[in-house]
Amino acid sequence: MNNDLLKLDKVETHIGQYHILQGVSFEVKKGEVTVLLGRNGAGKTTTLRTIMGLKPASKGSVTFKGEAIQSLPTYTIAKKGIGYVPEDQGIFAGLTVEENMRVAIQKDDEETAKRMDWILHLFPDLKRFWKKPGGLLSGGQKQMLSIARAYVNENELLLIDEPSKGLAPIVVEKVMDSIIQMKDQTTIVLVEQNFMMASTIGDQFYIIDDGRTVSHGSMKQLKENEEMKRKYLGIA
Amino acid sequence: MDLIINLALNGLATGMLIFLLAAGLTLIFGLMDVLNFAHGGLFAWGAYSGLWIYSQTGSFIIGIIGAILTGFLLGIITEKWIIKPVYGNHVQQILITLGLMLVLSEMLKVIWGPNQITASPPDYLKGSWELGGVIIIKYRVFIILVGFVIFAGVQFLLKKTKIGLVVRAGVMNKEMVQALGINIQRVFMFVFMIGAGMAALGGVLLGPYSGVIHAGMGMEFAILAFIVVVIGGMGNFKGSVLAAILVGLSGSFMAYYVPDLSLAVNMLLMAIVLIIRPQGLFGAKG
Repeated sequence: MNNDLLKLDKVETHIGQYHILQGVSFEVKKGEVTVLLGRNGAGKTTTLRTIMGLKPASKGSVTFKGEAIQSLPTYTIAKKGIGYVPEDQGIFAGLTVEENMRVAIQKDDEETAKRMDWILHLFPDLKRFWKKPGGLLSGGQKQMLSIARAYVNENELLLIDEPSKGLAPIVVEKVMDSIIQMKDQTTIVLVEQNFMMASTIGDQFYIIDDGRTVSHGSMKQLKENEEMKRKYLGIA
Repeated sequence: MDLIINLALNGLATGMLIFLLAAGLTLIFGLMDVLNFAHGGLFAWGAYSGLWIYSQTGSFIIGIIGAILTGFLLGIITEKWIIKPVYGNHVQQILITLGLMLVLSEMLKVIWGPNQITASPPDYLKGSWELGGVIIIKYRVFIILVGFVIFAGVQFLLKKTKIGLVVRAGVMNKEMVQALGINIQRVFMFVFMIGAGMAALGGVLLGPYSGVIHAGMGMEFAILAFIVVVIGGMGNFKGSVLAAILVGLSGSFMAYYVPDLSLAVNMLLMAIVLIIRPQGLFGAKG
């Protein structure tokens, strides 16, 4: 039986006149953390935005649970069970933490309440600043809120874009721990520049270079392949 | 004192009428990033349709409800077939909505004729009260009350309901709202419909207040509404009510004390605000 939750096949995406993705293909297995790696500007963020339908693919296919989703509007894709944590966190700055969570909640049922309890237990800061506007949170707290918002619905897949970006090392550790805890409950596609974080969390990796997937394998293989790390990730 | 109170009530009533027009305009701009120059046309259609229904049924309340429903209907049609194809393109929005404004005004002449139509309040809103020697005109108080009720209602909608929460979130980050599984297009239509309904309500209330309505009234009031939106801060609902009251009061007092400046005062007010605080009195720095 095919265990692929998400599959991208030769996906191409244009932004205006620029041909950003020129052939991205990868498969995400249920229950795993797939990490997309690559240099700045390689097309990792655009790949996530294309999956979400925010920058629709001009060619190729995106399949989620066996269904082609590349032509669907963003809100339908999200409702199918994909949560998105964007690079800029996408916090509604003028809304309180509570209101940010309320906007995200799709079903007002017991399961959602349970997930809310779990995520607030994981990120107690959110509970502490429940009535505080999202715009006044620290960078780390914003990241936690963004992850909590994506997690609170019963999403089968989370797309998380550079959660460590701009955060202090101690906060990065906290965010990393939280993603590790979520691993047991959901499948994750992670875009991450921080190799330490990526290699700790990830099960498999894909390297994107100049808008194309150029390599993939298990994270264990990548850790041992110094040449690949140097060539595509700039890690000496 | 009698004079001051009457000028203030007059200014407040005018301010509330402008608010009904400006509130929709500012919400539509804030959420949808659309400059709707046809909004005044919806105001005029509210006046004509509402007063026509009033004349046919003899009930001012039914006339008001009819005007609001006309506004809702025109709002849905405008958003779905006129505005939707030009989202994200301000130049096209300005051209197409200005064109629509002209079409809406001309259509009024085709249906109801080119002449002004007189209007008066229902008997129960005619006349005045005398309180401590001060004459208070009933219809002005009625407009002020309706304005505050609508303001409170929209505030309740925005602050206490899920759809209001989504609208506020949409003003801040449309993309993220969609990524959370919400059909922003439906929210757009809802806001457009509410905005159009408020404009139409403003139009039907203006008729008996000014005594006459005419096909060009939409454009006249739309200019005031745009001034209010700029002063209050583009996209800021609370700012629109306070700016509308400010514009209404300044117009009323200046018309009495410095009549030569009464027409220029709103422009002057806008110019001062733009110099001191370009984002408007309540707008966020962009």
